[in-house]
Amino acid sequence: MKRFDKIMSLVMASAMAASLFVGCGNADTGAQADNAASEANDTATDEAAESDAGTAAADDSAAADTAASGAFKIGGIGPTTGSAAVYGVAVQNAAQLAVDEINAAGGINGVSIEFKFEDDECDAEKSVNAYNTLKDWGMQMLMGTVTSGCSVAVAEKTADDNMFQLTPSGSSVDCVKYDNAFRVCFSDPNQGAASAQYIGENSVASSVAVIYDSSDIYSSGIYEKFVSEAANQPFEIVSAEAFTADNKTDFSVQLQKAKDAGAELVFLPIYYTEASLILSQASTMGYEPIFFGCDGLDGILNVENFDTSLAEGVMLLTPFAADAEDELTKKFVTAYKEKFGDTPNQFAADAYDAIYAIKAAGEKAGITPDMDMSAMCEAMKGAMTEITLDGLTGVGMTWDASGEPNKAPKAVKITDGVYTAM
Amino acid sequence: MKKMKMTKTAKNNFVTYFIVLIAYILVQILLKSGHMSSLMEGLLVPLCIYVMLAVSLNLTVGILGELSLGHAGFMCVGAFSGAFFSKCMDGAMPDGIRFFIALLIGAAVAGVFGIVIGIPVLRLKGDYLAIVTLAFGEIIKNLVNVLYIGKDNNGFHFSMKDSISLHLGEEGQVIVNGAQGITGTPHDASFTAGVLLIFISLFIILNLINSRDGRAIMSIRDNRIAAESTGINITKYKLMAFSISAAIAGVAGVLYAHNLSTLTALPKNFGYNMSIMILVFVVLGGIGNIRGSIISAVILTLLPELLRGLSDYRMLIYAIVLIAMMLFNWSPKAIEWKDKLKEKYFSKIPFRKEKEVK
Repeated sequence: MKRFDKIMSLVMASAMAASLFVGCGNADTGAQADNAASEANDTATDEAAESDAGTAAADDSAAADTAASGAFKIGGIGPTTGSAAVYGVAVQNAAQLAVDEINAAGGINGVSIEFKFEDDECDAEKSVNAYNTLKDWGMQMLMGTVTSGCSVAVAEKTADDNMFQLTPSGSSVDCVKYDNAFRVCFSDPNQGAASAQYIGENSVASSVAVIYDSSDIYSSGIYEKFVSEAANQPFEIVSAEAFTADNKTDFSVQLQKAKDAGAELVFLPIYYTEASLILSQASTMGYEPIFFGCDGLDGILNVENFDTSLAEGVMLLTPFAADAEDELTKKFVTAYKEKFGDTPNQFAADAYDAIYAIKAAGEKAGITPDMDMSAMCEAMKGAMTEITLDGLTGVGMTWDASGEPNKAPKAVKITDGVYTAM
Repeated sequence: MKKMKMTKTAKNNFVTYFIVLIAYILVQILLKSGHMSSLMEGLLVPLCIYVMLAVSLNLTVGILGELSLGHAGFMCVGAFSGAFFSKCMDGAMPDGIRFFIALLIGAAVAGVFGIVIGIPVLRLKGDYLAIVTLAFGEIIKNLVNVLYIGKDNNGFHFSMKDSISLHLGEEGQVIVNGAQGITGTPHDASFTAGVLLIFISLFIILNLINSRDGRAIMSIRDNRIAAESTGINITKYKLMAFSISAAIAGVAGVLYAHNLSTLTALPKNFGYNMSIMILVFVVLGGIGNIRGSIISAVILTLLPELLRGLSDYRMLIYAIVLIAMMLFNWSPKAIEWKDKLKEKYFSKIPFRKEKEVK
């Protein structure tokens, strides 16, 4: 056995070494491809400088010369496997949809986009691995990551590399801590404060109960800001009950407490899966307060086996509603349904807007694919603060240097099974 | 000349150190010559972390002979205590010293947890012990998720409810924010530090195994009654192995916390999934075989990343490859076949023969 162990360990060690070489083999080819790409682009720009044919023509010729190299490489990261896969897949699909549309319409400054999405399993460590994989691929800008925890970890890396990052849905405060990072969605505190202000200013209720998920960053982030903002508002929080990811099926205790405390409104800063259970359990125990939620509640009408009449009168602040009547949303929802056979959620809308924001900023900054990552980031950073985007998740969205978007949250109420603006 | 006197185990241990050293030198050469892809570069520290975890769990499972499913819990304790210290002391002392102290703190806290948990747990045997360690691992993870610690001019504030009830002053800073964990831990981990820690762990474990205490621990594994009747203090040695194993896992946790800027106790990284993952490293590498643990940890960590090309199928392929490797390594028929193969091709090599004589 000892001898066998030795041989096996030799084999294993060589396999280990071999895998290392496999890794660098890829890197080599990647680097060569990059060199080739930059050479090709150099010649293309030289030609452009010589002939006064205008940039568009030069870009066209560059795109024609080398189909792969004359393209912007945008990477995306999010969970496409595991428990949070629904968000990652939505972002991946919608981003791909936007990229295809932009490419069909001529790309950014006439240069097409290549988009690649990597799975991170909603794990910060895997997310950094995914980021490094995309960097090996030659990514120039990052549209990600989807979840907050991963986004914070990856933001650290993009800040080191000075790569432009736009997260569609990373909502925790630290996601855009560095100046190279921007986001499309609202930050958690922003939503919490906006909800409290809405309830207070419109005198929706005078006593409020909160049920939130203490093991979720999104939920506890909103909750905390909601509570601190509630101090300035004319209503009182009479009960605040938490649940965790490990016990999110039975909410009768939390609901009973809210009922005993006499809450007129129950604030649910949680995702729709749990919210649908809360609604049906509240109805079983004959408790009928006003339910108020944030963007996580979007999607509640599509929960399987959920009696949508229970959601009647639920209010939510959401930047996106799949059955909104405006032209852009209609077009997006139809295209998405056609391609992926599914109704897009708010994450998909955020990702779609993110890609268009990159396009708008890219056109403003006049970036070219041969720019290096850092120069591109500097250009994009400036341009992001100058653009105004009419997207799915808001009209006239603008960004400031802090990375936060400026857009108004839309409050909607569910009546007759559809969202209606309030 | 000292080499001549080396015993078989010493030689064996030397090979283990040598493999790590060669791997380190190889990686350094690749790094310096710029032949390392970013992915591989990013994986270097995690590889060190998993190697340390596998090696330390092998002490409990292989040498002490008790199945522990709560190893990620100790890693979690180490990670949070180390990151907490670094976050508090950020800027107050030089980076190197701060990281060093954080490592010591992580080891100490995880070691203490090892003793505290070990006292009740090690009274059980076999499956019962496995289940109870699993429960303790989950308790640790859940406790960390409801822990809120903040710091302001008046000192530290603790809460189990939410960060508002910390009642921090103006300048206050929330350090551990419940489910949101600790963010902004300084990035102190490096490959060199990781390899140094692997060497230290190997040194501790290999020397322990070959010491008087180690033999006592193994005698408990092999026959508890016989060991007890020769006057070996069972509780003491069991606790010794268990807490050393926990302490090394704690160090791995500190390294983990200082490699990523965000630290959250999710089921994914500190839950029982991770504990089982570490156990898989140990079982694939061979229970009680330290070198095997190192190699299997490296391979199984690299595998999912190298399979990225297969996109969504990669976890499926990963599982299949894992099954195939387990069968190839440990099924009796496969071992028999490999022995035959060895007879055929390797029996003529002189140094092999020499061993056969023994």
